[in-house]
Amino acid sequence: MSPTQNRRDFLKKTATVAGLTTVAPGMLFYSVSQAKPDGEAVTSKVRWGMLIDTTKCADGCNDCVNACTKEHGLNDNVRAEIAPQWIRKVGLRDKQTGKETTLPMLCQHCEHPPCVDVCPTGASFKRADGIVLVDKHTCIGCRYCMMACPYKARSFVHENLENQKPHSPRGKGTVESCTFCVHKVDKGEKPACVEACGKAMIFGDIKDPESEISKKLAEVSSTALRADMKLNPGVRYQGI
Amino acid sequence: MNLRISQIGFGLLLSVAVNAVETPNPPKANKQFSTEQSCVEPIEIMRRYHGHFLKHHRNDTMHSGVRTTQHSLIECINCHVTADDDGNYPNVNEGSEHFCRSCHNYAAVTIDCFQCHASKPEKK
Repeated sequence: MSPTQNRRDFLKKTATVAGLTTVAPGMLFYSVSQAKPDGEAVTSKVRWGMLIDTTKCADGCNDCVNACTKEHGLNDNVRAEIAPQWIRKVGLRDKQTGKETTLPMLCQHCEHPPCVDVCPTGASFKRADGIVLVDKHTCIGCRYCMMACPYKARSFVHENLENQKPHSPRGKGTVESCTFCVHKVDKGEKPACVEACGKAMIFGDIKDPESEISKKLAEVSSTALRADMKLNPGVRYQGI
Repeated sequence: MNLRISQIGFGLLLSVAVNAVETPNPPKANKQFSTEQSCVEPIEIMRRYHGHFLKHHRNDTMHSGVRTTQHSLIECINCHVTADDDGNYPNVNEGSEHFCRSCHNYAAVTIDCFQCHASKPEKK
């Protein structure tokens, strides 16, 4: 420590060096995944994604759907015909083999989202970290995005709502869809469906090569739904 | 509008005038922001510019994921919307008991926030 350097500066520098320590020769210690500071804007250094293992998704299990409903206060005194579906269970059957698969279907948080392309007001947008959202302050309820989405992932609020959750504002005349539980993700938590599932869904940063999801994606073969449309969805499926 | 016995003596005309413009009497907040300051900005700034703060913050939160609490609507509600003795929160759609309603009624400004946003703190 040089005589002119005070204790505080010394500690700061030491901490910075410690953050970049090599774990093993030729391997640099990457930043540990953690919640961003509240006041900081999200960046494109992160891209949130999800990997769903359909072989572990049980037929008849609705835990992810129920967790979503509870988290966002959906279906509160709403008629079944107009009930919102941010995530839904879909059954597939191979006509040749008869093999049946069930999987959760939600907003795929595309890299090139068609819902954003068609939105006339800019309400439908993609955050820097890849989460596709509806800014309901500017949504006029035209529902072009619902028609554009090949995954049928969006819902429209038809009637007045009451007792919305503070973290999930929803209102009549606007389109809504899965937010990847952005209010939880910004705090460093996982989406409600992933927490409730616990076995078939992995959530994480697909740009961080050290994240659980990136390692898994590099290891197993996974499918992007409607890959022919080249939307590069953030949600991928394994076992279909 | 409460009429005190002594006011009745001032005559019908005055009582009509008083009834027409009810002075806002917003309920007290739960807590002080800091020892020096009662709200998140000085009171006179808040009275005039709270709408600007909210609008600016909503865009930061919605589009950039900024989650600071100083100018967030949720925190306004948590502090300013207080329960009565029975633990019930005032209704934002009627009366003037709700903090936001009390002044917005007086100023005849419609607030659309609560068509979507929660108007009362979430019960833990």
